[in-house]
Amino acid sequence: MANIILVFLEQRNGLLKKASLEAAKFASDLAGKLSFDVEAVSVGDEINNLQEIGGYGIKKVTHKKHSSLADYSTSAYTKIVSDFIAEIDADIVVFSNTALGKDLAPHLSVKMDSGIVMDAVECNIENGEIQLVRPEYGSKALTTVKITSPKKVITIRPNVFNPGNPNQDAPEIVINELTETDLSTKTIEIKKSEGKLDVAEAEIIVSGGRGMKGPEHFELIEKLADVLGAATGSSRAVVDAGWRPHSEQVGQTGKTVSPTLYVAVGISGAIQHLAGMRSSKYIVAINKDKDAPIFQVADYGIAGDAFEVLPVLIEELKKVKED
Amino acid sequence: MKIAVCVSHVPDTATKVNIGSDGKSIDPNGVTYVVNPYDEFAIEEALKTKEKLGGEVVVISLGGENNKESIRKALAMGVDSGVLLKDDNYRDSLAVAKALADEINNQNAELVFFGKQSVDHDNSIVGQLTAELLGFNSVSVVVSFDLTDNKITAEREIEGGKEVVETSLPAVITAQKGLNEPRYASLKGIMAAKRKTIEEKPALPAENFTEVVIMKKPTPKKAGKIIGNDAGAVPELVRLLKEEAKVI
Ligand SMILES: Cc1cc2nc3c(=O)[nH]c(=O)nc-3n(C[C@H](O)[C@H](O)[C@H](O)COP(=O)(O)OP(=O)(O)OC[C@H]3O[C@@H](n4cnc5c(N)ncnc54)[C@H](O)[C@@H]3O)c2cc1C
Ligand SMILES: Nc1ncnc2c1ncn2[C@@H]1O[C@H](COP(=O)(O)O)[C@@H](O)[C@H]1O
Repeated sequence: MANIILVFLEQRNGLLKKASLEAAKFASDLAGKLSFDVEAVSVGDEINNLQEIGGYGIKKVTHKKHSSLADYSTSAYTKIVSDFIAEIDADIVVFSNTALGKDLAPHLSVKMDSGIVMDAVECNIENGEIQLVRPEYGSKALTTVKITSPKKVITIRPNVFNPGNPNQDAPEIVINELTETDLSTKTIEIKKSEGKLDVAEAEIIVSGGRGMKGPEHFELIEKLADVLGAATGSSRAVVDAGWRPHSEQVGQTGKTVSPTLYVAVGISGAIQHLAGMRSSKYIVAINKDKDAPIFQVADYGIAGDAFEVLPVLIEELKKVKED
Repeated sequence: MKIAVCVSHVPDTATKVNIGSDGKSIDPNGVTYVVNPYDEFAIEEALKTKEKLGGEVVVISLGGENNKESIRKALAMGVDSGVLLKDDNYRDSLAVAKALADEINNQNAELVFFGKQSVDHDNSIVGQLTAELLGFNSVSVVVSFDLTDNKITAEREIEGGKEVVETSLPAVITAQKGLNEPRYASLKGIMAAKRKTIEEKPALPAENFTEVVIMKKPTPKKAGKIIGNDAGAVPELVRLLKEEAKVI
């Protein structure tokens, strides 16, 4: 036992993601509670904002650098991070539960022969033991789990653990130039989707359902999203109807999201939809059926016609934003 | 080529979840179990790949006797043979993956399809764990797949887009919705499935590295406010979002 927690910092396009700052803060808080040391590792080419991580409690970052690593490669990242884990003898490795984290973390848990807990939304120390709470069965159950192996891998749900405000601390940054990488799986291209912001990463989401009546009316959803700086989401019904792309689908067979604000318009609130969004901090529902199940999870609701409410809401919000 | 597809047998997504008397798992009473929805995409892709390149498809499921229902469904869709790795006890993902990897080795499969996620424990990891245990290449959350001359080109869904990934066999692929349209089992398929045998053997023993402490239902959100029933409620909504929720 070296008593070290390692946090993996994810970058895209040479910038650390916000989810990495959350993971860094989570790891440094956990290290504080266990009296462990905390370190960070990143993989990529140039990263421009590595120094920011100091503000979130990380004293030392090792950046594994190679020109072929700007984009993700399961094989290369697995090899590099697992070598580093072995080198510093890390006991606990923390990831954010992003597309990349979900792919990479399990590979490393095999390398470490350790238990792994995915998508934690809460972390408590009970009698010196780390207990993690995670949603299961489409968020219909909350399970507290502990890892019984000496080594541990944990991923945390994005947008749940607050990174707080950074302080002025700067980390020690070690850049480790690599000479070769294992690219047996490699990204040859990234296809960006048309939407500007992905629901999985958005602070605010405006979602439309079958109540929007047709794809042409999603312009209203997009306008509302625009004034709020939000991502657009959808129910499965409208994705299946071909009105919206699957990448927007929120729910059990779509994406799980935890934004600060989720606005559901013309969405009934089927259990599979709730599975993906019920952990949102605030939920607003606009639905003309006052008995729609979405109102049972909504903090604020308007039981009215979306086509009447949305234009007024968009105008009101524009005013607020201008103030 | 031997292709394997791993399926889990899970509660239907519409199921109401009640906590069992042990306080650590769900009460199975009154729960309908189905093939994990993502695994249907995995089965379809395995069948399509066989149709294109030839070979044989085996379905593997780890669990109790009831998992045979999901195995049968795969057989009815056109999978050639089935294996039940019998274990009635709870296993965590890594312990599941160890037994699956062992069987994939026995089967000499070079290409293995998984669902991206099992909708019971919602872990999204068994495919990647199994790939790493086997030393196979792996691509997860795949929405498009092509295998030509031993070269795999797959698209995986990421935040804000897709990664186009190149790799080679042997490989594990985990299927995301959008990969294909799973076929329905034809009557002929259902009849044929009855004659196919399901090999049953004990799952390779493996230790759990995680333990459930307690399972609870989430505390229900306190019913929110319906502020009004027309556009007249908009100013109040905006005020609440600004002053109470402080989100705008
Ligand atoms: C295995 C499985 C997985 C699933 N996964 C998902 C998933 O991931 N995500 C998901 O969303 N669903 C999922 N579903 C589907 C889910 O059960 C529902 O069918 C779906 O969510 C319904 O979409 P909807 O709310 O848009 O449509 P509907 O249920 O048809 O609701 C439309 C709503 O719009 C309201 N409305 C109509 N006109 C207006 C108007 N003018 N103004 C305001 N409101 C109006 C109606 O009152 C109604 O409540 C899944 C189902 C299964 C079986
Ligand atoms: N008990 C099991 N038997 C066979 N395959 C399984 C089992 N559990 C999970 N899988 C496979 O692993 C995938 C991901 O599961 P999970 O990591 O639990 O979300 C599923 O979609 C299945 O393809």
